[in-house]
Amino acid sequence: MTIWDWSYVWEALPHLYLGAIVTVEATLFGFAIALILGLVFALIRQSRNRYVSTAMAEVVEFIRSTPLLLQVFFIYFVGPEFGMYIPAWIAGVGMLGVHYAAYCSECYRAGIETVDGGQWEACTALNLSPQRSWRAIILPQAIPPITPALGNYFVGMFKDAPILAAIAIPEMLQRAKNFGGENYRYIEAITMVGFFYLVFSLVASAIVQAVSLWLNRRYHLQ
Amino acid sequence: MNEPRVRLQNAAMHYDALTVLGQPNFPTAQNEKIMNQPMVRFENVTKRYGALTVLDKLNLDISRNEKVSIIGPSGSGKTTVLRMLMTLERINDGVIWVNGEPLTHMQRSGRMVPANNRHLRRVRGQIGMVFQHFNLFPHMTALQNCMEAPVSVLGLSKPEAEARAAELLDMVGLGEKKNHFPIQLSGGQKQRVAIARALAMRPKVMLFDEVTSALDPELVGEVLNVIRKLGAEYDLTMLMVTHQMGFAKEFSDRVCFFYGGKIAEQGSPDQLFGDPQNERTRQFLSAVLEAK
Repeated sequence: MTIWDWSYVWEALPHLYLGAIVTVEATLFGFAIALILGLVFALIRQSRNRYVSTAMAEVVEFIRSTPLLLQVFFIYFVGPEFGMYIPAWIAGVGMLGVHYAAYCSECYRAGIETVDGGQWEACTALNLSPQRSWRAIILPQAIPPITPALGNYFVGMFKDAPILAAIAIPEMLQRAKNFGGENYRYIEAITMVGFFYLVFSLVASAIVQAVSLWLNRRYHLQ
Repeated sequence: MNEPRVRLQNAAMHYDALTVLGQPNFPTAQNEKIMNQPMVRFENVTKRYGALTVLDKLNLDISRNEKVSIIGPSGSGKTTVLRMLMTLERINDGVIWVNGEPLTHMQRSGRMVPANNRHLRRVRGQIGMVFQHFNLFPHMTALQNCMEAPVSVLGLSKPEAEARAAELLDMVGLGEKKNHFPIQLSGGQKQRVAIARALAMRPKVMLFDEVTSALDPELVGEVLNVIRKLGAEYDLTMLMVTHQMGFAKEFSDRVCFFYGGKIAEQGSPDQLFGDPQNERTRQFLSAVLEAK
């Protein structure tokens, strides 16, 4: 028996390709949710109403302090007991997005808090509306510096995608495992998945870095 | 034959439409009443931070187009005066009036209640402020800094706002630098952009909060020159907190010396600098002048 058999590689490739599409799609959709929802969380957290901001902080803390797998199970398996039938794909990607939104919101918060208080004072003195102040003045200064941190979560989320297998979404690692099980041979499939993750992570990091550089240039921030 | 009469009516309507409150050119009874009111009035204004009383029952009237300097040791509450007027600080007691209208309060069914955000936004539109640390928007050019609020608050079109901004940047001597970002400007230039930015909103009252304190000594002059120019060419009520005693003396109509949250002494520059009555004023002035 050879350690590495190329014939298995070619045989596994179509399976893994399908799985890779699922993984990448889940990551992209999930991260879009995380970016938008995270910003919403962060903005609610900045509310002047103490009860609103504290409630938001607690929700974020709760999401961050429980495992992603448990949250996915909760939505997918416990939900139906209360009449919430959510398709696996939506439950999985949605929960991935919500879970990472909690992390991203902390990131946004850090960005927002580093914007000099004088900027808010200038907004007041110029009579800008709060919405306009956020959109035109505060967020353009808050977000570029945190893009590398947000990018880390992007890569992290990609690596968390195998959790979707737990609710029977055929992502890449699951397909590799199934392929291995069918052929009593795991090494090629599993190794290829690892290699794919490595390549994707490196490419994603490069993209994140480029975006970060572009944003910082675009907004003339140091 | 009826035509002249129709015209007369039209003329009368026009006249009414042009009688904007507070414009000196139209001496109607209503305007006279407003013209005689102070531009800014602090009425028994108290500001506390916890147990610390920063300003204690402040009463101060500032007339239309008057230039008032506020001097005093640090912690005397002088910057707080400007910040309250700009609504950056809430007051604990009293009322601030701007142009005959309460700023901190509003009328609701005949009673004065604390102002809501909408009221604050409307009334503070008459006030502009320049800060010690400039507070320019770093991600916008000088021109964009001056255009942002006129476009998004006053609803000017982009070309209108740009023309206004360019004109003001010319006025402060930065026409050449209008496409520079704040990071590419010196402190004095930044502060001049900040002045142009505030003026672009066409305020009636301008507040200057130690605008030269963060500048290198050789850059102070260019900013003060711009302020001199404003005083000479614009109808502006100006209120400035300053450590530039020479400038306060030369430029102001009135100087207020703050001590311990109160106006310890106020008067014309000649009187206050030449012949201070209050012991605290004398101590402060001698300390400041000695340091020079």
